[in-house]
Amino acid sequence: MAEVTLLETRGLCRQFDALKAVDEVDFRLREGEIRAIIGPNGAGKSTFVSLLSGRIPPSAGQVIFAGQDVSRLPAHRRVRLGIAYTFQITNIYPSLTVLENIEIAAQSRLKPHLFGGAGEAEIRAAATEAAEAVGLGARLASVAGALAYGHQRLLEVAMGLALKPRLLILDEPTQGLSDGEIANFIEVVRRVNREATVLVIEHNMDVVLALADRITVLERGRLLAEGTPEEITANAAVQAAYLGEPA
Amino acid sequence: MIHNGRLFALILATIAVLFALQFALSDYLVLAATRILIMAVFAMGYNMLMGYAGLLSLGHAMFFGAGLYAAGLSSYYWGSSLPVSFLIGILASAAFSFVIGLLALRTTGVSFMIVTLMFAQAAYLATLYFSRITGGDQGLTLPTDARSFSLLGHQMDMTSDPVRFNLALAIFALVLVFMFFVTQGPLGRLFAAVRENEPRTRMLGFDTYRVRLAAFTISGTVSGLAGALYGLVFGYIGSAFAGFHYSIEALLFTLVGGPGTLLGPLLGTTVMTMLIDRLSGLTTAYLMIVGVILILVNRWFPKGILGTIRERALPWLK
Repeated sequence: MAEVTLLETRGLCRQFDALKAVDEVDFRLREGEIRAIIGPNGAGKSTFVSLLSGRIPPSAGQVIFAGQDVSRLPAHRRVRLGIAYTFQITNIYPSLTVLENIEIAAQSRLKPHLFGGAGEAEIRAAATEAAEAVGLGARLASVAGALAYGHQRLLEVAMGLALKPRLLILDEPTQGLSDGEIANFIEVVRRVNREATVLVIEHNMDVVLALADRITVLERGRLLAEGTPEEITANAAVQAAYLGEPA
Repeated sequence: MIHNGRLFALILATIAVLFALQFALSDYLVLAATRILIMAVFAMGYNMLMGYAGLLSLGHAMFFGAGLYAAGLSSYYWGSSLPVSFLIGILASAAFSFVIGLLALRTTGVSFMIVTLMFAQAAYLATLYFSRITGGDQGLTLPTDARSFSLLGHQMDMTSDPVRFNLALAIFALVLVFMFFVTQGPLGRLFAAVRENEPRTRMLGFDTYRVRLAAFTISGTVSGLAGALYGLVFGYIGSAFAGFHYSIEALLFTLVGGPGTLLGPLLGTTVMTMLIDRLSGLTTAYLMIVGVILILVNRWFPKGILGTIRERALPWLK
């Protein structure tokens, strides 16, 4: 089977004053895989995915998505091309209901412009479907801010799903979840992966090993290693930089 | 498709009650109600930006004034008929609010309040500076032939109280229904999205600057429409209508009635206008009492009358 590259970075850099948060990273993501990005705190993981999603502009280098150079596109345009991003800190519309939250995402895909596009019924149906896919189907009318934390994280993912992205970026999605919630979350991500490529930043190695097809390790803004879970756990440099230290 | 059927029914019922009022109220109160309806349209325009899109402007008198002057001056100098002048007022305030929005929306929060205030003050001073044209403080009274127009063969007399009331009510009703469809549909959803969480909305693929510009332009245009109507119905235009006082009135009426509720501006305008009317008969220091009431409302009912009812009992009251 031919490997299709979905996303690629070339010499990607981001500097904050003297600090090189992301330093000359060449990165390639295959369509359909689940890729985990790991690395010690301050390794530049969040900055790296922010560069991919366009939340912050790069100091140098390129981001190429599905063959198109998106380095200069603002974040909202990249979302429309199929790069969805869920935040590290829960970032929802707390005073709106679950359904209303997801409808905003569904509208972005189904009715991208003010005139034309899908009607309200279609938007509502798509939002309901995304809610059911993460197991929030029974809570459509709940106010999002009143949900338990684990459910708010699932709502985040449902909003990402409603965009039907080609690439879903998850920034530390299991942080603060209980073991039971994590198990459910892993199932949700696997289901998402049937339709989308997944890039996940994760600290919890159990989650990483359960999900990832391949793992990329960042350290001090640089790409330290990349490989299958077996290769990474056996890699001496990775163990020295990351696995040997308490997270 | 009508989304929020109960709210739409309430709107139709409100319009019906307002229509019936003219058979129950004294002439004086019908006149007061005419003014309330037009000011409620102004507050509805303000509410679109403040209540639905979450942007607090301190300069909406400039849009009220833009509509008032564009309509009034075209009638006064060019002798255009009232419907044409009204249309000119709407178009001018749409263009004006679009341009001001392009600039002011580069800021948010307190800076946005200050920038809108500054633009409004500049506009107010311009009406004084060009007083040879605008009449400045003294204002201009529209000539007699600008006090009536014919509609489908009927002569509409702007000095007749019932005609004025019904005209104001008809336009109020149209704006209210328009507001319903804007706020309860896809565009209203985006307004709520930028109000509640702007960065998240951007990361869902929306150009939030454009969403805000749409809210700003609709808001300014409706406020200008109210100004045009006011000038033409009462036959007088003057600088005071573009002054700071009017920006604050739109804010107060919206706050009292309930920001982000369709009928809040009407309720807020009615309550505050009646209150000021009663209080000014009792004491000349009535503004102090109004101030105290506003502090109390803000302290205990920050969501206004309808906003509080929505929170406690009727979640569909949007």
